[in-house]
Amino acid sequence: MSKKSKYAAVPYLVWMVIFILVPLILIGVFAFTTTVQVDSEGNVLTTEEYDTYVADLIAEYDEIGEDYDINELLENDDITEKTVFTLAHILEVSKYSSVLINSAWLALIATAICLVIAYPLAYMISRMRESRQKLALMLVMLPMWMNFLLRTYAWMTLLEKNGLINKLFGLIGLGPFEMINTQGAVVLGMIYNYLPFMILPLYSVMTKIDSRTIEAAQDLGANGIQVLGRVIIPLSMPGVATGITQVFVPSISTFIISRMLGGGTNMLIGDLIDLQFLGNAYNPSLGAAISLVLMVFIILCMSITNQLDNEDMEGVLM
Amino acid sequence: MNKNKIIELKNITMEYDGEQILKGINLDIHDKEFVTLLGPSGCGKTTTLRIVGGFITPDSGDVFFGGKRVNDVPPYKRPVNTVFQKYALFPHLNVYENVAFGLRLKKVSEPEISRRVGEMLELVDLKGYDKRGVNQLSGGQQQRIAIARALINNPKVLLLDEPLGALDLKLRKEMQIELKKIQQRMEITFIYVTHDQEEALTMSDTVVVMKDGTIQQIGTPQDIYNEPVNSFVADFIGESNILPGIMHRDRLVEFAGNNFECVDGGFDPMEPVDVVIRPEDIKLTPASDDALNGVVENVTFKGVHYEIIVKAYSDTWMIHSTKAPNVGEVVGITLTPEDIHIMKKSEVKKVNYFKSDLTEGSDIEQKI
Ligand SMILES: Nc1ncnc2c1ncn2[C@@H]1O[C@H](COP(=O)(O)OP(=O)(O)OP(=O)(O)O)[C@@H](O)[C@H]1O
Ligand SMILES: [Mg+2]
Repeated sequence: MSKKSKYAAVPYLVWMVIFILVPLILIGVFAFTTTVQVDSEGNVLTTEEYDTYVADLIAEYDEIGEDYDINELLENDDITEKTVFTLAHILEVSKYSSVLINSAWLALIATAICLVIAYPLAYMISRMRESRQKLALMLVMLPMWMNFLLRTYAWMTLLEKNGLINKLFGLIGLGPFEMINTQGAVVLGMIYNYLPFMILPLYSVMTKIDSRTIEAAQDLGANGIQVLGRVIIPLSMPGVATGITQVFVPSISTFIISRMLGGGTNMLIGDLIDLQFLGNAYNPSLGAAISLVLMVFIILCMSITNQLDNEDMEGVLM
Repeated sequence: MNKNKIIELKNITMEYDGEQILKGINLDIHDKEFVTLLGPSGCGKTTTLRIVGGFITPDSGDVFFGGKRVNDVPPYKRPVNTVFQKYALFPHLNVYENVAFGLRLKKVSEPEISRRVGEMLELVDLKGYDKRGVNQLSGGQQQRIAIARALINNPKVLLLDEPLGALDLKLRKEMQIELKKIQQRMEITFIYVTHDQEEALTMSDTVVVMKDGTIQQIGTPQDIYNEPVNSFVADFIGESNILPGIMHRDRLVEFAGNNFECVDGGFDPMEPVDVVIRPEDIKLTPASDDALNGVVENVTFKGVHYEIIVKAYSDTWMIHSTKAPNVGEVVGITLTPEDIHIMKKSEVKKVNYFKSDLTEGSDIEQKI
C-alpha cells in the first residue's frame, strides 16, 4: 500500500472513532454499570439500607431541631457513591423478550414480502433497455426523495377509519375496515419504506448477469424455471443477502412506523428503547442494555444470511 | 458426405434498429457436414447462428430442422448446442459442474455424469481441473470448457461461434485438428463461424462466404479458392491482386497496358471487368521486352516465401516467390492464361480489396 492511500483512510478512521466507536463504548458503559452507595468500611449498601440510613439521618436532625440541608449532609457523610459492573440491566431485558420476538416476526414478514415483490421487479428492470432501466430505477427511488415522516404520515391518512381507502371501499358498499393501528399497518409501513433497499441491491447484481449466460443455460436444455433455479437465483444470491440485511435491520429497530401506524398498541423493540431514553420510562441503562441485546441479535441473524450466500456462491472466485 | 438436409434456412431477414443485418439468407446444411460461415466482422455470422440456435426469431423467412418449421421452437427444445463466442460459462459453478450442466438437466445418473465429464475433460485436455472455478482459468481453457460443455450433450448439430479465437497459434492448430476429429468420430454436423479464412479452408466440407448480411458464395474450400465468384470472395479467401481490366472479346483481356490471353468468356465486348491474380501464380522472370516489366519496391520475408511488391505500369502487384530479387531491380511479370481470373465488376460498390493503386505495405491491413 502506498503512503498516500494510507493517509487517505485517516479521515474515515477519525469518523469511525467519533461516530461509531465512542457511542458503542458509551452504550456498553450504560448497559453494564450502576452506581451504588458504599459506607466507610467499603460495604455496599442495598437500596433499603441506604433509604433507612437517609431516613435515620433526617430523623436525627429533626430531633435536634437545627436547620439543615439534606444534600449537604449527604455530601459530607462517610457514605460514597461508586460505579460498579452489573449484569442486572442485561438480565432485565429478558422481561421484554416478547417485544423482541414480535419485532423480529414483523420485520421478518416485511422482509419476506419485500423479497417476493422486489425479486421479479428487479429482474424485469435489469432486462429492460438501458434508457428504460434508468427511468424505472428513478420511479423506484422516487418515494425515497420524500421525507420519511411525511411518507408514513401519508399512510396514516390513507388507512384511517375515514381515510381514502375506506371511503373507496364504502363506494362499493364494503367496510369500513380496521386498518390503522394494526400489525398489518406496521408491516405495510415497513414494506413501503424499505422496499427500495431490497430492489436496488437485487437490481445491481442482476444487471451483471450476462444474458449470454442465460442463453447458454437454455441452449443446454434448461426451461424457464430451470434457468431461474440454476442460474439466475444462484447468481443473484449476494444481492438477496444484501437486500435482506438492508430491509430487516431498519425494520426490526424502527419506532416511528409502529408509533404512527401501529398506534402504540403494538410496541416494538425500537419503541421500547426510545421510551428509555426520551420517554417517561426514563432509564438509559435499560435502554442501552436492550440496544446491545438487539445488536447481538441482528449480528446473529446477518451471519446466518451471509452463510446462505456463501454456500450458494461456492466455487466462485471473489 | 450424406446428402440429407438437416437444417434449411429460407429467405431469412433480420433487422436491428432499422438496419438490415441479414438480407435474405438461403442455406441448406446437410447431415454430418462441416459448414463454415466465413466473413468479415459484423457481416451477420453470429446473428445467423443465433437464428439457428433459436435465441432470436427472424423478421421473415423460415428455419427448418429435418423438414419441420421451427421458427417458434425455443432453444431448449432444439437438438443443437452452442459454443458461444464469449464462452458464457456459468460463473457460479466449477469446471465439473459447468460441463455436467446439460446432463443434470436430463437427470442422468451420478456415476454416468462423472464418467462422461471425465471423458470430456480429457478430450479437451483439461483433466484434473474439475474443482477449479471457471474464472480461475485462462481464456483458452475457458474456451475448451465451453466446447466440452456443449459436446457432452451429444447434439445432432453443434454451433461454434469462433471457438478458437482466444487460443495461441499452436493450440489453435491442435484444436482445429481435434475438433475436426471429434466431428468425424461423433458424426455430428458442425456449423462453424470464423473470420479466419485459413481455418475455414482447412477444416470445412462447405464454406459459406458472407458479406454485409448476404451470402456471396457457397462451395467446397477448393471451389471457393480456385473459382471465387467475385473479387470480394477472391480477396477474402487468400490474397489477390485485383486490377481493373477491359474484356475485348472472349479469351482476350486488356489490363496493365497490355493484352493478355485468358480462359474466361461470356462477357459483353469491351466490358469493364475485375482481373484477379493470385500472388503465388505469378512468375518473376528477367526483364524483357515481351513481358510486363516492373520495379521491385519492397521485399518481406514471410517464412515459406517472400512477399514482393512490384510497381508495374500504374499498378502495384503483390507476388509470392521463394527467391528474392533486390529492391530497385527491374523484373518481368509472367502470367499464363490459367492464372488470370476474370470477374464481373461487383455490383457492390465498395470492396476493401488490395487495390492496384495502393502504396506498399498497406496490403494486409486493408482486409476485414
Ligand atoms: N442485439 C443487437 N442489437 C442491435 N444490433 C445488433 C445486435 N446484434 C447484432 N447487431 C448488429 O448486427 C450486425 C451483425 O452482427 P453479428 O454479431 O452477426 O456479426 P458477426 O458477423 O458475428 O461479427 P464478428 O465476427 O465481429 O463476431 C452488426 O452490425 C451488429 O452491430
Ligand atoms: Mg460474431
